[in-house]
Order: sequence, then structure tokens, then C-alpha cells
Amino acid sequence: MALPVRAMSKLAWRNLWRNYRRTVIMLLAIALGVWAMIFMTALLRGMVDDMVKQGIGALPGHVQIHALAYRDDPSVTHNMPSPDHNLLEVLNAGQVKAWSSRIKVPAMISSEYENRGVFLLGVDPEGEVALGFNPDDITEGRFLNGIDDRGIVVGRKLLQRLESRLGKRVVLMSQDPDNAIAEGGFRVVGVFKAELENREESFVYAGRAVIQAMLGIGTEVSEIAVLGQDYQTPEVLAADIRSAVSADHEVLSWLELDPYLATMMRVMNGFVLVWMVVIFLSLSFGLVNTLMMAIFERVREIGLMRALGMRPSAIVYQVLVESVMLLILGLLVGNLMAIATIIPLKDGIDISAVSQGMEMMGASSMLFPVLLWPDLLMANGVVIVLGIITSLLPAWRAARYRPVKALSRT
Amino acid sequence: MSAISCIGLCKYYQQGDAVIKALDHVSLEIEQGSFICLSGPSGSGKTTLLNTIGGLDSLDSGQISIDGERVDLLDKAALADLRLYHIGFVFQAYNLIPVLSARENVEFVMQVQGVSATDRKERSFKILREVGLEGMEDRRPAQLSGGQQQRVAVARAIVSQPKLVLADEPTANLDSKSMEILMAHFRELNRSHKVTFLIATHDQRVMAWADRHIVMEDGRVISDELQQTP
Repeated sequence: MALPVRAMSKLAWRNLWRNYRRTVIMLLAIALGVWAMIFMTALLRGMVDDMVKQGIGALPGHVQIHALAYRDDPSVTHNMPSPDHNLLEVLNAGQVKAWSSRIKVPAMISSEYENRGVFLLGVDPEGEVALGFNPDDITEGRFLNGIDDRGIVVGRKLLQRLESRLGKRVVLMSQDPDNAIAEGGFRVVGVFKAELENREESFVYAGRAVIQAMLGIGTEVSEIAVLGQDYQTPEVLAADIRSAVSADHEVLSWLELDPYLATMMRVMNGFVLVWMVVIFLSLSFGLVNTLMMAIFERVREIGLMRALGMRPSAIVYQVLVESVMLLILGLLVGNLMAIATIIPLKDGIDISAVSQGMEMMGASSMLFPVLLWPDLLMANGVVIVLGIITSLLPAWRAARYRPVKALSRT
Repeated sequence: MSAISCIGLCKYYQQGDAVIKALDHVSLEIEQGSFICLSGPSGSGKTTLLNTIGGLDSLDSGQISIDGERVDLLDKAALADLRLYHIGFVFQAYNLIPVLSARENVEFVMQVQGVSATDRKERSFKILREVGLEGMEDRRPAQLSGGQQQRVAVARAIVSQPKLVLADEPTANLDSKSMEILMAHFRELNRSHKVTFLIATHDQRVMAWADRHIVMEDGRVISDELQQTP
């Protein structure tokens, strides 16, 4: 038979504090481990979240539509018509937050001193902002006023490379569908900054209608970018769009457009679990040792309990209750420590010292920890489950003591 | 039918090359309601006999039956239940749980048995009063003298009115007055509830309380006599 739960808990609680120092040390170790699990996971989540959002922002959109051969050869020869009635119906439905048609062709930009290869984006500025372009990223001048705006907006880094400045004229040169040079002079009306420097160097924004005219492509477009409600499930949106376009269109979600990011997101959940298990395993040695010592010191008492009529299974239960109490205390402290250290960092951690390395991974130089309930629950669950499993050995050892031998120990 | 029947009990220990015969073909019949003292020099097998009857130790050969049930054939769980519901133990060393108070130690067995909180409290206070520990219910073992601890252990053993009490030197640390009180209590329990007592002791004063006196030496019973009791 076993003690009632209340009595067992009281006994377990008192036994925990028999060796105050040992219990406190073990508690701190568990708390630190839990803190590390949750805190590091929050940082990792934040980093991956940032990478995914940066990546999606750079695309942009959760889903993109192109002509079939466009991605292999993103030139003006692989355009597609503007959206027809069927496609417009899907694009204007509730699951679409925003969409915009764009021209996106390789081009050369030349100043009086330098020239560079870029991607020329002919955009609707309102659509771009809806897709995620942040007007606050304009550091000088303004963004485009409309699709007929004859100005261009270039990246800060690109302007430096061109040794030019706001207000100066530059030449944009590309190819038309007949492979003839299509070029035009444009004034720099705005300068933008981006989290990733290569965006500043790679993209030049101009009015869509202006570029369509320069390239002689009428109302054709290179891509249609679509922003859904949730970046985690873009396939549903992609499937709906696919059903509204003809077979010579390619409709891809960001998961397919950027497989690296997609893999990062998928791997993240598994990585978090592995990370937590590894931390706990390193803790578990201490936990087993603590329990073994606690039991070793109480061999006589355990023998007494057996002699008084407690079954071996009740002894196992008693030891497990003690272990679970220790784990819960450690979890409480660890969770509080984690939350207390994450909340003050909600404005981000400045890691610009390693910004180049972060940029290579597609992450910005501000790291925002992201604390998710599933991660918090997983950390606590891992500690409790593995903690109980780890405690089974000392508990089993305790239950195996023969009463008469245990009672004769000094 | 005897309450306790021991037939040919043998228990050996290996100590280096020597074999120590803790019990050497011990046979006894004990009626329900007996009050028996076991005496003999140290190492005579008294404690071993008590431990094997109580299911705390195994036999190398022989049979033990309590109320017709073979104790030597029971598994660990069944032995635990036997000790829990039918046997009270008083050990040589007081063996109290140090983190529990005197009252909690006394209530321990009743808690495992599933006795209600009200009953437990009433019975534990009563028994502690009867063994002279009124007012000390909330003290922990470390706050009690040796004799007081022993009285708590005795109280724990008898509070649930077991059928059989196995006591190993229960009066070892008690003064004369306490010993008298304790033995009178044992005797009362024996007479009113037919509780069988098997007490291992060196104390002649304790032996005088017994109906039957068994003397052991080198693992054997060398004398088994009835005697007049006060």
C-alpha cells in the first residue's frame, strides 16, 4: 500500500529540505538549464523568424506568379499578361492581404562615374507598401508617387557605389523583347535603406508604367506578388491561385521560391526539441546523483517503511514524488528567469558587430527573441518527462532494498 | 490451530569461510493471545527469529505459518500487506522517520492502511497519552530523548491493534517506571484484544511479565517454559 497523496507530498517536501544546500544547488542547476532552454530557443526562434520575414520581404509575398520560363531566364521575353478576371477574383478574395504586379528585369544602372548590374523593379508604389515595403526605410527624398512617376528610388549602398547622390540623373539600360537596348534617363528621387545590404545594392524601384513603356511591353508584367494572411501556410493560397491561371503560368509559394528558408523553418522545430533534450541530458547526471545520494542517506528509513508495510512500488512512487517536486521548483524558477530576461529584450539585441555574418544567413543585425507558448510548454514537458525517466533508476534501487539489511545500516 | 507455526527454521550467514547458523532447525508453536519473551545471549538468533516471522528476512529452509498461511511463500507485496495490517514491529533502534513529528510517526502506518484523518488523530493522541508522551505530539525525533523515541516507536507498533507484535528490546532505553507502564499496556492489549506478543529481551523484569519464556542459544531453542504472570 502507499501513503495518501497529501501525506506523501508532505513527506517528500520535508525530505527535499533535509539537505538544504544540496537541494538548492540542484534547484539552481535545473533552473539554469530551463532558463537556457527557453532563452536560447527564444533567440533562435527570433533569428529564424527574422530570416524568414526578411526573406519573404525580399521576395516579396507569400506566393508569386510568373510565366513558366521566367525563373530560368528572368528577362523581358518571359512576361505574362496582367491578371484576368478569374485571377482577379482570387486576388481580391479574403485570404489575400495584398497583391501587386511588377516588372522585374536585369538592368544596368550608370552614373557619371560608375555602373552596376541591378534588378530593375517597375512597381505600383501603393502595392509595394502593401506587400511590405516600409516607407520609413526611405532615408532621403521620397518613395514613388505612382506608376507613372519618372523618378527612381535606389539603395543607399548602391548610390555610394555609383558615387552619386539624391537628385542626380542616372541611366537605366535593359533589353526589350526584340533584344534591342531599352534605356532611359531617370532622376534619383529617393534613397532607401534595407536590413540586408545586398538589397540596397541589387534593387532599383521605378514606376511600373514608365518601365513598361521603356521596355515596350504594353501592360505585360514579370511577376505578381501575393501576400496571404499567414506565412506559415502559403500552399493553400498557392493552390487557389493555381486553379485560376492557365498552364503557362508558374505559381510558387515562398517555400518553393526560397527552399533554404523553408528548410530553416521546418528544421527549427526539430532543432528546438533536440536542443532541449541535450541540455536536459547534461542536467540529468546531476539529478540522478542528487537522488542517489538522498536515497543512500535514507536507506534505513526506506527499510523502516518497507518493514512497516509499504510496498516496493510505493517506495518508487515516494522517490518519484520527491523528484517531481524538485523538478517543478526548478521549472518555476527557470521559467521566471527566462521570462524576466526575455521581456527586457523585446526591443531587440543589437548584434551589428557581426552584421556581415548575419547578413550572409539572411538575418538582420537586430535580434528579437520570440517566446512562443509551444516552446515554453515543450521545455517544461521535456524536463518533467525526462526528469521522471531519469529518476526511475534511483527509485528502483530504493525499492529493491531488503528491509532487514536496510534497517541494519548505520 | 496455532496462530504462529514455525517448523524447522534454518537461516545461515556466510562470514568469510565460516557459516554462522543464525537459526538452526527452530520449531515453535505459538497460540493466539500468547505473551512470550525470547531471551538468550547476543547472537543467539532472537532478532533473526523475529525478522523471519515478520517476513523481513528470508529462510534458507523451514516453514512459517501465521493463521494457517505460509509466510515463507508470500511475495514482496503480500508480505508488505501482512506487516501493514497484522504485525506491529518495535525495533532495537527506535527507527522513527526523522522528518515526521511523534504524532505523524504514530499515524504513519494508519495512513498507509487508509484510516480516516479523524480516526487517526484520535487514536494517535490517545496512544501517545497512554505511553506518557502527552504534549509532545508535535516534536520531531531529534527533539525527544532516547526513551521518548522508543515510546513513540511502541505507540506506532500498537496503535492499529495488530494481531501480532514483534518487539526487539522494546524497553532497552526506558527507565523502570516507563518500562512498567509500557509492559502493563502491552499486557492490557494482550488480554483485551488477544494480541500475540513476542518480545526479545535481556531484561529480567520484562521476562517476568511473560506467560512463556523461550531461551535461545546459537540459533537453537534450548528452553521453552510456561510461567506464572502477575
